[in-house]
Amino acid sequence: MMTLTLGHFLSLGAMLFALAVIGIFLNRKNLIVLLMAIELMLLAVNMNFVAFSHYLGDMHGQVFVFFILTVAAAESAIGLAILVLLFRNKNNINVDELNSLKG
Amino acid sequence: MDVKTGFFYLFSVVLLFAAFRVVTARNPVHAVLFLMLAFSQASAVWFLLNAEFLAIVLVLVYLGAVMVLFLFVVMMLDINIDTMRKGFWKNFPLAATLGAIVALEMAAVLLSGFRVSDAPAMATGAIPVDNSKALGILLYTEYLMPIQIAASILLVAMIAAIALTLRERKDSKAIDASIQVKVRAADRMQVVKMEATQQAPEPAPAAPVEQSK
Repeated sequence: MMTLTLGHFLSLGAMLFALAVIGIFLNRKNLIVLLMAIELMLLAVNMNFVAFSHYLGDMHGQVFVFFILTVAAAESAIGLAILVLLFRNKNNINVDELNSLKG
Repeated sequence: MDVKTGFFYLFSVVLLFAAFRVVTARNPVHAVLFLMLAFSQASAVWFLLNAEFLAIVLVLVYLGAVMVLFLFVVMMLDINIDTMRKGFWKNFPLAATLGAIVALEMAAVLLSGFRVSDAPAMATGAIPVDNSKALGILLYTEYLMPIQIAASILLVAMIAAIALTLRERKDSKAIDASIQVKVRAADRMQVVKMEATQQAPEPAPAAPVEQSK
Protein backbone atom coordinates (compact mmCIF):
# COMPACT_ATOMS: atom_id res chain seq x y z
CA MET A 1 0.00 0.00 0.00
CA MET A 2 2.81 2.36 0.85
CA THR A 3 5.11 1.80 -2.09
CA LEU A 4 3.78 2.68 -5.50
CA THR A 5 3.16 -0.28 -7.74
CA LEU A 6 1.84 -0.65 -11.25
CA GLY A 7 -1.50 -1.62 -9.72
CA HIS A 8 -1.93 1.82 -8.16
CA PHE A 9 -1.75 3.56 -11.51
CA LEU A 10 -3.96 0.97 -13.19
CA SER A 11 -6.55 1.38 -10.42
CA LEU A 12 -6.47 5.14 -10.88
CA GLY A 13 -7.16 4.60 -14.57
CA ALA A 14 -9.99 2.21 -13.77
CA MET A 15 -11.64 4.64 -11.37
CA LEU A 16 -11.32 7.45 -13.91
CA PHE A 17 -12.92 5.24 -16.55
CA ALA A 18 -15.74 4.30 -14.16
CA LEU A 19 -16.40 7.97 -13.43
CA ALA A 20 -16.57 8.68 -17.14
CA VAL A 21 -19.06 5.82 -17.58
CA ILE A 22 -21.19 7.29 -14.78
CA GLY A 23 -20.98 10.64 -16.56
CA ILE A 24 -22.28 9.14 -19.78
CA PHE A 25 -25.18 7.63 -17.87
CA LEU A 26 -26.05 10.84 -16.06
CA ASN A 27 -25.71 13.32 -18.92
CA ARG A 28 -27.94 11.55 -21.34
CA LYS A 29 -29.24 14.82 -22.69
CA ASN A 30 -26.24 17.11 -22.79
CA LEU A 31 -24.10 16.28 -25.79
CA ILE A 32 -21.20 18.49 -24.78
CA VAL A 33 -20.78 16.80 -21.40
CA LEU A 34 -20.90 13.46 -23.23
CA LEU A 35 -17.92 14.62 -25.30
CA MET A 36 -16.12 15.60 -22.11
CA ALA A 37 -16.80 12.18 -20.60
CA ILE A 38 -15.28 10.58 -23.69
CA GLU A 39 -12.20 12.75 -23.20
CA LEU A 40 -11.99 11.47 -19.62
CA MET A 41 -12.22 7.87 -20.87
CA LEU A 42 -9.37 8.49 -23.29
CA LEU A 43 -7.37 10.01 -20.45
CA ALA A 44 -7.91 6.85 -18.38
CA VAL A 45 -6.74 4.69 -21.28
CA ASN A 46 -3.67 6.87 -21.75
CA MET A 47 -2.94 6.60 -18.03
CA ASN A 48 -2.82 2.81 -18.36
CA PHE A 49 -0.56 3.04 -21.40
CA VAL A 50 1.90 5.35 -19.64
CA ALA A 51 1.91 3.23 -16.48
CA PHE A 52 2.60 0.02 -18.38
CA SER A 53 5.22 1.77 -20.48
CA HIS A 54 7.06 2.90 -17.35
CA TYR A 55 6.84 -0.34 -15.40
CA LEU A 56 7.66 -2.61 -18.33
CA GLY A 57 10.47 -0.41 -19.57
CA ASP A 58 9.05 -0.15 -23.05
CA MET A 59 8.87 3.18 -24.88
CA HIS A 60 6.41 1.97 -27.47
CA GLY A 61 3.50 2.49 -25.08
CA GLN A 62 4.29 6.19 -24.89
CA VAL A 63 4.43 6.40 -28.67
CA PHE A 64 0.96 4.93 -28.73
CA VAL A 65 -0.24 7.55 -26.22
CA PHE A 66 1.13 10.17 -28.57
CA PHE A 67 -1.02 8.84 -31.41
CA ILE A 68 -4.07 8.53 -29.17
CA LEU A 69 -3.66 12.19 -28.21
CA THR A 70 -3.49 13.13 -31.90
CA VAL A 71 -6.62 11.22 -32.81
CA ALA A 72 -8.45 12.47 -29.72
CA ALA A 73 -7.68 16.06 -30.64
CA ALA A 74 -8.99 15.49 -34.17
CA GLU A 75 -12.06 13.75 -32.79
CA SER A 76 -12.94 16.54 -30.40
CA ALA A 77 -12.42 19.18 -33.10
CA ILE A 78 -14.81 17.45 -35.49
CA GLY A 79 -17.22 16.59 -32.67
CA LEU A 80 -17.43 20.21 -31.60
CA ALA A 81 -17.91 21.31 -35.22
CA ILE A 82 -20.83 18.88 -35.54
CA LEU A 83 -22.16 20.18 -32.23
CA VAL A 84 -22.10 23.76 -33.48
CA LEU A 85 -23.84 22.68 -36.68
CA LEU A 86 -26.46 20.81 -34.68
CA PHE A 87 -27.13 23.78 -32.45
CA ARG A 88 -27.48 26.00 -35.50
CA ASN A 89 -30.10 23.74 -37.03
CA LYS A 90 -32.08 22.59 -33.98
CA ASN A 91 -31.39 25.30 -31.42
CA ASN A 92 -30.56 22.78 -28.70
CA ILE A 93 -28.11 19.96 -28.17
CA ASN A 94 -30.50 17.50 -26.60
CA VAL A 95 -29.50 13.97 -27.53
CA ASP A 96 -33.11 12.77 -27.30
CA GLU A 97 -34.10 15.02 -30.18
CA LEU A 98 -31.46 13.68 -32.55
CA ASN A 99 -33.95 11.50 -34.34
CA SER A 100 -34.19 13.03 -37.77
CA LEU A 101 -32.15 10.16 -39.22
CA LYS A 102 -34.60 7.39 -38.49
CA GLY A 103 -32.43 4.35 -38.90
CA MET B 1 5.30 6.53 2.80
CA ASP B 2 7.79 8.30 0.62
CA VAL B 3 7.30 11.62 -1.11
CA LYS B 4 6.42 10.08 -4.45
CA THR B 5 3.60 8.01 -2.94
CA GLY B 6 2.24 11.03 -1.14
CA PHE B 7 2.20 13.07 -4.32
CA PHE B 8 0.54 10.18 -6.16
CA TYR B 9 -2.33 10.10 -3.67
CA LEU B 10 -2.66 13.88 -3.72
CA PHE B 11 -2.82 14.05 -7.52
CA SER B 12 -5.16 11.06 -7.69
CA VAL B 13 -7.64 12.48 -5.19
CA VAL B 14 -7.76 15.83 -6.96
CA LEU B 15 -8.01 14.08 -10.35
CA LEU B 16 -10.93 11.88 -9.29
CA PHE B 17 -12.71 14.78 -7.59
CA ALA B 18 -12.32 16.92 -10.71
CA ALA B 19 -13.57 14.08 -12.91
CA PHE B 20 -16.61 13.66 -10.66
CA ARG B 21 -17.36 17.36 -10.85
CA VAL B 22 -17.01 17.28 -14.65
CA VAL B 23 -19.89 14.85 -14.96
CA THR B 24 -22.08 16.40 -12.27
CA ALA B 25 -21.46 20.13 -12.67
CA ARG B 26 -24.60 22.11 -13.35
CA ASN B 27 -22.94 24.75 -15.49
CA PRO B 28 -21.11 23.44 -18.58
CA VAL B 29 -18.46 26.14 -18.20
CA HIS B 30 -17.64 24.80 -14.75
CA ALA B 31 -17.50 21.31 -16.23
CA VAL B 32 -14.90 22.43 -18.76
CA LEU B 33 -12.86 24.15 -16.06
CA PHE B 34 -12.93 21.02 -13.90
CA LEU B 35 -11.89 18.99 -16.93
CA MET B 36 -8.88 21.30 -17.25
CA LEU B 37 -8.06 20.62 -13.60
CA ALA B 38 -8.37 16.89 -14.23
CA PHE B 39 -6.01 17.02 -17.20
CA SER B 40 -3.45 19.03 -15.25
CA GLN B 41 -3.50 16.46 -12.44
CA ALA B 42 -3.16 13.62 -14.95
CA SER B 43 -0.17 15.43 -16.38
CA ALA B 44 1.34 15.57 -12.89
CA VAL B 45 0.77 11.82 -12.46
CA TRP B 46 2.55 11.22 -15.76
CA PHE B 47 5.48 13.23 -14.43
CA LEU B 48 5.63 10.74 -11.57
CA LEU B 49 5.92 8.01 -14.21
CA ASN B 50 8.88 9.77 -15.87
CA ALA B 51 6.86 10.44 -19.02
CA GLU B 52 7.72 14.11 -19.09
CA PHE B 53 7.30 14.67 -22.81
CA LEU B 54 3.75 13.34 -22.83
CA ALA B 55 2.95 15.26 -19.64
CA ILE B 56 4.05 18.50 -21.26
CA VAL B 57 2.20 17.64 -24.46
CA LEU B 58 -0.93 17.00 -22.41
CA VAL B 59 -0.67 20.45 -20.85
CA LEU B 60 0.13 22.19 -24.13
CA VAL B 61 -2.28 20.40 -26.44
CA TYR B 62 -5.11 19.58 -24.10
CA LEU B 63 -5.15 22.44 -21.62
CA GLY B 64 -3.93 24.94 -24.17
CA ALA B 65 -5.87 24.01 -27.28
CA VAL B 66 -8.60 21.42 -26.92
CA MET B 67 -10.03 22.72 -23.66
CA VAL B 68 -10.05 26.28 -24.96
CA LEU B 69 -11.96 24.96 -27.99
CA PHE B 70 -14.46 23.33 -25.62
CA LEU B 71 -14.74 26.55 -23.67
CA PHE B 72 -15.38 28.54 -26.85
CA VAL B 73 -18.10 26.16 -27.98
CA VAL B 74 -19.76 26.05 -24.55
CA MET B 75 -19.86 29.82 -24.38
CA MET B 76 -21.08 30.12 -27.96
CA LEU B 77 -24.04 27.80 -27.48
CA ASP B 78 -27.00 29.19 -25.62
CA ILE B 79 -27.98 26.10 -23.67
CA ASN B 80 -31.07 25.96 -21.53
CA ILE B 81 -29.65 24.20 -18.49
CA ASP B 82 -32.95 23.54 -16.71
CA THR B 83 -34.38 21.36 -19.45
CA MET B 84 -31.03 19.61 -19.71
CA ARG B 85 -31.02 18.79 -16.03
CA LYS B 86 -34.52 17.32 -16.03
CA GLY B 87 -34.29 13.69 -14.97
CA PHE B 88 -30.58 14.06 -14.28
CA TRP B 89 -30.54 11.95 -11.11
CA LYS B 90 -33.03 9.43 -12.47
CA ASN B 91 -30.27 7.22 -13.85
CA PHE B 92 -27.94 7.79 -10.94
CA PRO B 93 -28.56 4.53 -8.97
CA LEU B 94 -27.91 2.39 -12.03
CA ALA B 95 -24.92 4.49 -13.06
CA ALA B 96 -23.41 4.46 -9.57
CA THR B 97 -23.88 0.69 -9.29
CA LEU B 98 -22.24 0.05 -12.65
CA GLY B 99 -19.42 2.48 -12.00
CA ALA B 100 -18.74 1.04 -8.55
CA ILE B 101 -18.70 -2.50 -9.96
CA VAL B 102 -16.27 -1.49 -12.71
CA ALA B 103 -13.98 0.41 -10.38
CA LEU B 104 -13.99 -2.09 -7.51
CA GLU B 105 -13.52 -5.17 -9.66
CA MET B 106 -10.72 -3.64 -11.66
CA ALA B 107 -9.04 -2.24 -8.55
CA ALA B 108 -9.29 -5.62 -6.79
CA VAL B 109 -7.72 -7.42 -9.72
CA LEU B 110 -5.16 -4.78 -10.60
CA LEU B 111 -3.93 -3.99 -7.09
CA SER B 112 -3.29 -7.64 -6.31
CA GLY B 113 -2.20 -8.74 -9.73
CA PHE B 114 0.31 -6.06 -10.65
CA ARG B 115 2.65 -5.73 -7.70
CA VAL B 116 5.51 -4.52 -9.89
CA SER B 117 7.14 -1.73 -7.97
CA ASP B 118 10.61 -1.42 -9.45
CA ALA B 119 10.74 -0.07 -12.96
CA PRO B 120 13.35 -1.59 -15.27
CA ALA B 121 15.54 0.77 -17.22
CA MET B 122 14.11 1.82 -20.55
CA ALA B 123 15.55 -0.23 -23.38
CA THR B 124 16.94 2.69 -25.33
CA GLY B 125 20.35 1.36 -26.13
CA ALA B 126 23.73 1.60 -24.49
CA ILE B 127 23.68 5.34 -23.81
CA PRO B 128 20.94 6.40 -21.38
CA VAL B 129 18.90 9.24 -22.86
CA ASP B 130 16.05 11.22 -21.39
CA ASN B 131 12.42 10.52 -22.11
CA SER B 132 11.85 13.18 -24.76
CA LYS B 133 14.91 12.15 -26.72
CA ALA B 134 14.04 8.46 -26.55
CA LEU B 135 10.50 9.18 -27.70
CA GLY B 136 11.78 11.37 -30.52
CA ILE B 137 14.21 8.71 -31.71
CA LEU B 138 11.40 6.14 -31.78
CA LEU B 139 8.95 8.51 -33.47
CA TYR B 140 11.27 9.53 -36.26
CA THR B 141 12.77 6.15 -37.00
CA GLU B 142 10.44 3.26 -36.31
CA TYR B 143 7.19 5.21 -36.39
CA LEU B 144 7.96 7.54 -39.29
CA MET B 145 5.06 6.37 -41.44
CA PRO B 146 2.46 6.41 -38.62
CA ILE B 147 3.49 9.94 -37.69
CA GLN B 148 2.90 11.07 -41.27
CA ILE B 149 -0.52 9.46 -41.17
CA ALA B 150 -1.25 11.17 -37.85
CA ALA B 151 -0.27 14.48 -39.40
CA SER B 152 -2.63 13.96 -42.31
CA ILE B 153 -5.39 12.97 -39.88
CA LEU B 154 -4.94 16.31 -38.18
CA LEU B 155 -5.06 18.09 -41.54
CA VAL B 156 -8.23 16.23 -42.51
CA ALA B 157 -9.78 17.07 -39.15
CA MET B 158 -8.96 20.74 -39.60
CA ILE B 159 -10.42 20.90 -43.10
CA ALA B 160 -13.47 18.91 -42.03
CA ALA B 161 -14.15 21.16 -39.06
CA ILE B 162 -13.92 24.26 -41.25
CA ALA B 163 -16.02 22.74 -44.03
CA LEU B 164 -18.70 21.59 -41.59
CA THR B 165 -19.20 24.96 -39.99
CA LEU B 166 -18.80 27.06 -43.13
CA ARG B 167 -21.99 28.66 -44.29
CA GLU B 168 -23.04 31.43 -46.62
CA ARG B 169 -25.36 33.92 -45.08
CA LYS B 170 -28.61 34.23 -46.93
CA ASP B 171 -29.10 37.90 -46.06
CA SER B 172 -25.63 38.91 -47.11
CA LYS B 173 -25.33 41.90 -49.42
CA ALA B 174 -21.71 41.28 -50.29
CA ILE B 175 -20.80 41.61 -53.95
CA ASP B 176 -18.93 38.90 -55.79
CA ALA B 177 -16.16 40.87 -57.49
CA SER B 178 -15.50 38.34 -60.24
CA ILE B 179 -19.09 38.37 -61.42
CA GLN B 180 -19.11 42.14 -61.25
CA VAL B 181 -15.97 42.48 -63.39
CA LYS B 182 -17.17 40.03 -66.00
CA VAL B 183 -20.44 41.83 -66.64
CA ARG B 184 -21.03 43.32 -70.12
CA ALA B 185 -23.11 46.29 -71.11
CA ALA B 186 -25.67 44.07 -72.79
CA ASP B 187 -26.39 42.33 -69.47
CA ARG B 188 -27.10 45.55 -67.68
CA MET B 189 -29.14 47.54 -70.21
CA GLN B 190 -31.47 46.53 -72.97
CA VAL B 191 -32.06 48.97 -75.83
CA VAL B 192 -35.59 48.80 -77.14
CA LYS B 193 -36.20 50.21 -80.60
CA MET B 194 -39.16 52.55 -80.67
CA GLU B 195 -40.39 55.03 -83.21
CA ALA B 196 -40.07 58.66 -82.32
CA THR B 197 -43.73 59.42 -82.90
CA GLN B 198 -46.66 57.14 -82.43
CA GLN B 199 -50.11 57.35 -83.84
CA ALA B 200 -52.69 57.91 -81.19
CA PRO B 201 -55.30 55.14 -81.00
CA GLU B 202 -58.72 56.05 -82.41
CA PRO B 203 -61.18 57.02 -79.71
CA ALA B 204 -63.83 54.35 -79.37
CA PRO B 205 -67.37 55.60 -79.90
CA ALA B 206 -69.34 55.66 -76.66
CA ALA B 207 -72.82 55.31 -78.04
CA PRO B 208 -72.66 51.77 -79.53
CA VAL B 209 -71.42 50.42 -76.21
CA GLU B 210 -74.52 51.62 -74.44
CA GLN B 211 -76.77 50.23 -77.12
CA SER B 212 -75.36 46.78 -76.90
CA LYS B 213 -76.29 46.49 -73.25
